[in-house]
Amino acid sequence: MPPVIPPVPDADDRFFWDGVAHHKLLLQACADCGRLRHPPGPMCRHCNSLRWSTQEAAGRGHVYTWLVSQHPTQQDAAPRIVALVELEEGVRIVSNLVDVDAAHVVNDMTVEVTFVDYEGTVLPQFRPVGGS
Amino acid sequence: MAGFDDVIIAGIGHTEYSKDSGRSEMQLACEAALAAIDDAGLAPAAVDGMVTFTLDPNDELTLMRNLGIPELRYWSRTPHGGPGSNTMVQHAAAAVTAGVADAVLLYRAFNERSGRRFGQPNQRQSMPGLNWYLPFGVDTPAKSYALAFQRYMYEFGVTNEDFGRYSVVARKHAATNPNAWFYERPITLADHQASRWIVEPILRLLDMCQESDGGAALVVTRADRAADLRHPAVRVIAAADGHLVDGSVMYNYYHRDLAEFSEARFVARQLWDASGIGPAAVDVAMIYENMSPIVFLQLEAYGFCGRGEAKDFIAGGNIELDGVLPVNPHGGLLGEGYIHGVNNVIEGVRQVRGSAANQVANVEHALVAAGRSGLVLGRL
Repeated sequence: MPPVIPPVPDADDRFFWDGVAHHKLLLQACADCGRLRHPPGPMCRHCNSLRWSTQEAAGRGHVYTWLVSQHPTQQDAAPRIVALVELEEGVRIVSNLVDVDAAHVVNDMTVEVTFVDYEGTVLPQFRPVGGS
Repeated sequence: MAGFDDVIIAGIGHTEYSKDSGRSEMQLACEAALAAIDDAGLAPAAVDGMVTFTLDPNDELTLMRNLGIPELRYWSRTPHGGPGSNTMVQHAAAAVTAGVADAVLLYRAFNERSGRRFGQPNQRQSMPGLNWYLPFGVDTPAKSYALAFQRYMYEFGVTNEDFGRYSVVARKHAATNPNAWFYERPITLADHQASRWIVEPILRLLDMCQESDGGAALVVTRADRAADLRHPAVRVIAAADGHLVDGSVMYNYYHRDLAEFSEARFVARQLWDASGIGPAAVDVAMIYENMSPIVFLQLEAYGFCGRGEAKDFIAGGNIELDGVLPVNPHGGLLGEGYIHGVNNVIEGVRQVRGSAANQVANVEHALVAAGRSGLVLGRL
């Protein structure tokens, strides 16, 4: 398990990290116009509403871009694959790919969410659909 | 409106660009500022405005006291990083046009190699927005930018070797610029390909800008003071910033299409509209490059070549000193030094004056592009 830098939740994104702790990928949805947004923020840029709720993502998407992060966090930490995942719901989220070798990662590959506990910090991660 | 009628850059000044200045950041600011004021043929007492970066460690009032500027009536700072190099000029141009200042000192000075190094991994959460990146290992500027660059490589079949062809040109230019840290030290493409991966499979060491200690400064004033100057005045024809909804400086992942630089395209449109020129009228371009791929994206955003064509444009020799569009004749941030792009503005001034180390012939229009900001400079 690589050490990770834990998130520091605030009033605008605590729902997301609370959801992750319960293995749910929650997206912020405008309570007035219904549009999703990520990263979260207090106001909907489409209708300027401050009212919002959450919607659980299906957890599937595709890899829009990716890279190999060498020495993440610490000099001796193992490499991690970072991916910008575009969810089926249309929003993008930065995460990591697990259960796949970097040699097998390709743009636009289909992935699904999984939750990994890194020494007490749970993060949403993504793995190839159907193994690979 | 991005166009200006009566604004000039009157003076330029800088320290040496090194890896260990051996003196305080405030001293670097003082040295660069005094050199720029003197280059303009002015005295510190003529300065009544100041602009720097929000990131700059040097306090205006302390600099004022050291230089002996008796009265200051305008100051401002520009947010985020490198785009501030041009945005400082925009702030100063707006200030002198509005009459709130007569002569504005622009400065940026730091010990970015011997002191706090920007490229080192961020080990802690310094602001809430980093929750979306730091826990996932996106902890350096190289990684944060590379995540977007990878889509560009994928869509247009661009390789790291293609990026290396820019680095070779930058180092070739730096090799004949005595101000450059890499003076007389050119590289080959094989050197580039042998340098270690920084972010695989996107960036190698020789794709990265330098880490530098140094200071750089400019003086901006009204065109009607040109007669008093020590050197030919350089006109600020246009100065523009460009920011878009869903944009981010370090984590620009949310525009639909990441294989283009949307903000740079917006800046280009403003500059062409305001100056009345287009890419064909640019004689030399200074293009901010914290990393080599950003040159490719800006060449395409400004319309110097089509989308995905920068690799062929560069490989064809077009950005060399005798090419269609000489780019970074001083060696850029890879070859000369990294003073947050302010040294690129200084090179733009030198190219228009005709006093650059690697002078391009008959420069009427110089472009200074720094991603989300840009300048068109020309003769008065």
